[in-house]
Amino acid sequence: MSAPPDDAGILAADTRPFSAVYARNARAVIWRGFRVIRSQNWIVLVSGFFEPVFYLLSMGVGLGSLVGEVEGPGGTPISYAAYIAPALLAVSAMNGAIYDSTWNVYFKMHFGKLYQGMLYTSLGPLDIAMGEIFMALFRGLLYAVGFTGVMGIMGLITTPWALLLVPASVMVAFGFASFGMAVTSYMKTFQQMDLITFVMLPIFLFSATFYPLSVYPEPIQWVVQAFPLWHGVELMRQISIGAFTPATWIHVGYYAAMILVGVAFTTRRLRSLFLR
Amino acid sequence: MISAENLVKRYGGFAAVDGISFEVAAGESFGLLGPNGAGKSTTMRMIGGVTQRTSGRLTIMGLDPERQGPEVRAHLGVVPQQDNLDEELRVRDNLIVYGRYFGLPLAYLRQRADELLAFAQLEEKAAAKVDSLSGGMKRRLTIARSLVNEPRILLLDEPTTGLDPQARHILWDRLFRLKEQGVTLVVTTHYMDEAEQLCDRIIVVDKGRIMAEGSPAALIREHSSREVLEVRFGAERNAAVVRRLEDVGERIEALPDRLLVYTDDGERSLERIRASGLHPLTSLVRRASLEDVFLRLTGRSLVD
Amino acid sequence: MTEVGAGRLRAHGPEVSAARARRWGSFYFAEHQLRSMRAYLLTIVVTSVGNPLLYLFSMGIGLAAIVDRRVVGGFDGVGYLAYSAPALLVSSAVMTCAIEMMFPVMDGFKWRRIYYGPHVTPLAPRQLAAGHIMAVGARLAVQSAAFFLIMLAFGAAPAGSAWLLVPLGVATGMAFGAPVMAYAARLEKENFQFSLIQRFVVMPLFLFSGTFYPLETMPAAMQWIGWVSPLWHGNQLGRAVSYGLAEPPWLVAVHIAYLALLGAVGIAWAGRNYTRRLGA
Repeated sequence: MSAPPDDAGILAADTRPFSAVYARNARAVIWRGFRVIRSQNWIVLVSGFFEPVFYLLSMGVGLGSLVGEVEGPGGTPISYAAYIAPALLAVSAMNGAIYDSTWNVYFKMHFGKLYQGMLYTSLGPLDIAMGEIFMALFRGLLYAVGFTGVMGIMGLITTPWALLLVPASVMVAFGFASFGMAVTSYMKTFQQMDLITFVMLPIFLFSATFYPLSVYPEPIQWVVQAFPLWHGVELMRQISIGAFTPATWIHVGYYAAMILVGVAFTTRRLRSLFLR
Repeated sequence: MISAENLVKRYGGFAAVDGISFEVAAGESFGLLGPNGAGKSTTMRMIGGVTQRTSGRLTIMGLDPERQGPEVRAHLGVVPQQDNLDEELRVRDNLIVYGRYFGLPLAYLRQRADELLAFAQLEEKAAAKVDSLSGGMKRRLTIARSLVNEPRILLLDEPTTGLDPQARHILWDRLFRLKEQGVTLVVTTHYMDEAEQLCDRIIVVDKGRIMAEGSPAALIREHSSREVLEVRFGAERNAAVVRRLEDVGERIEALPDRLLVYTDDGERSLERIRASGLHPLTSLVRRASLEDVFLRLTGRSLVD
Repeated sequence: MTEVGAGRLRAHGPEVSAARARRWGSFYFAEHQLRSMRAYLLTIVVTSVGNPLLYLFSMGIGLAAIVDRRVVGGFDGVGYLAYSAPALLVSSAVMTCAIEMMFPVMDGFKWRRIYYGPHVTPLAPRQLAAGHIMAVGARLAVQSAAFFLIMLAFGAAPAGSAWLLVPLGVATGMAFGAPVMAYAARLEKENFQFSLIQRFVVMPLFLFSGTFYPLETMPAAMQWIGWVSPLWHGNQLGRAVSYGLAEPPWLVAVHIAYLALLGAVGIAWAGRNYTRRLGA
């Protein structure tokens, strides 16, 4: 709560940084998120976990039985399922984060009018953005734990390093979520929102999830290596068998930079996103 | 409490608010009256600091809501034009979660939520889902929600639009009680009776500009007469008889379906019309209302 | 509200309206739906052209690099590109149809209540259902034709009968979409049912209907998914027309009969649900 007004009804200004957009109360938004989770149908929450599992069963087990072993990071031969599983986790982290920070925000902004209600309280846009990104990462964390568990059950985990898949997956999600909200601030119509889907599909299909990058001609390989998902896929694949190289740091650095730039970008766009 | 000077809000080339100035004193009940698209809601949004003004000066309790949004809004209660309740939460949780946005402690909120449910006559619906409520119930819940932080200023954007007569009267009663408790009310409406009921002072806004300002009674005095006599002679003849009625009242307005005679004594004017040998098909004498002022100032053509 | 001048055109009489609506009502509503799709024209064009390109490049060529090296002789004796392409065409028709049969239907009954406008004209509820089906069918035809042409460009449709993939895409889409439409028409409130259908029906069907590899590759306990899935039947027919997959005649008959049955039942059920919901 802010300071009480003086006798003439005049308030003292808050001079701390970001005071125009931030009330240091993101926890209220998070608290609401957990209330919603508690009262909603559990299947809605859980359903997001299944998509990568279905892919793993279909491609890893089905196609994998035909393909046999492939060359994993560092040249180690691994089963096809073990090859695609960490990549699927990266894809699922990306998809979840993008959905939560784009469509979800767009709907709550324009249809549910949820943010309008929040903005008329002493919350600022930065509180809302932080709270919503936190909730997106929390869901991502749940799915990552679940999926890593499935990998364990299917015998795809051979090293304790694989536990790092969980934080790495949250990092990938953070990278995408920090950008998603900023991008949504430019979107005015459904049709424009569909653009996001157009951009995400090639990122998914061309990021060496189901086959190695080497199948492409060199110029295409360069393009793919610029995509954030490719770095996520490679990083997760290395983690899953504990085979690290100097490139590991490049992947981590890529995400660190992406998160920093994304957060700065989103913070700059907050007024355009929320205060129209 | 609120001081606005030359407020302007442009969307592209279109000026939704085009240089509005006003002051609202503590405890006052202030009305923004105007047709759809006049700029009322935009003005409200600027006061709440949830839309950025193009130019002008605005302070709420001494602070600029754009620079000190969270602090200003901590003292505001807002009832937006369209209910924006949290559909994912139940009725009572709507109140509690909203209070959390003000950083209020749970112990207080539990108690406050029950008080407000009683205030809005929604005790039985505490555990209901929001989308199971009727329109009137949702509106009452929105108003209850706006009070969770015990605001000193309450912004109400068309609080009773779409409600049935019973619900409107309950609402007016509740708002009147808040006014008695010293809460400053800022109300937008296009219902004249509502403005007359609730507001001490009104500005009439049209196309983003202020057309008139004053108390409801003063506005009627200034822009209308005490009574209005409505007479019909049938669509064909109305225009023809206007000339013969010119001296019956202070002013005559010819509409396609009827003639309005602005006068201080409607019955006497009617007698004079009859004495002159004219026999209207129907006649009606009524007290002049803000509606007459409103139509006089903003015109009769459709605005959107 | 302007006055109408002399010499203006006049509406024909109400009897004529009623007679025409009885005959052509479905087409009138299909026209309405197609017109409202125009708002999404760009999306439709870009997905119709972009999706086949992306899928054929990544799956048909990228994944093929792994599969063709490992699977000796390829599936059915053709390369992986030719093997997967017809199934990808049919799958994308099914996925598009699923979406077109969920959200617009809810929009018609509940969100924007689009159906309640035509409902007070001479159109019958059943005609609204039929009109929507026709409009979606038209979209599927355009999309499948684009996919087919891109397959040709990739050299992924060797047989002369491959153009039959276009009607097949529409038919398989409807075999799945029409029952979904009937279900959506019964739904009073959308509480994530649509995203559950996407995640627990559409997605598994896409992944377990012999799209990426023969059904027999899957464990026996999971092969029933293919048999109940319209997608598998459509995929197999697609392969038959696209590169001449030799299915036994009885099995071809089963494929066709199953798709026809699902489509017919779905359409009839949808018509009934529209009539009930709109209370005629």
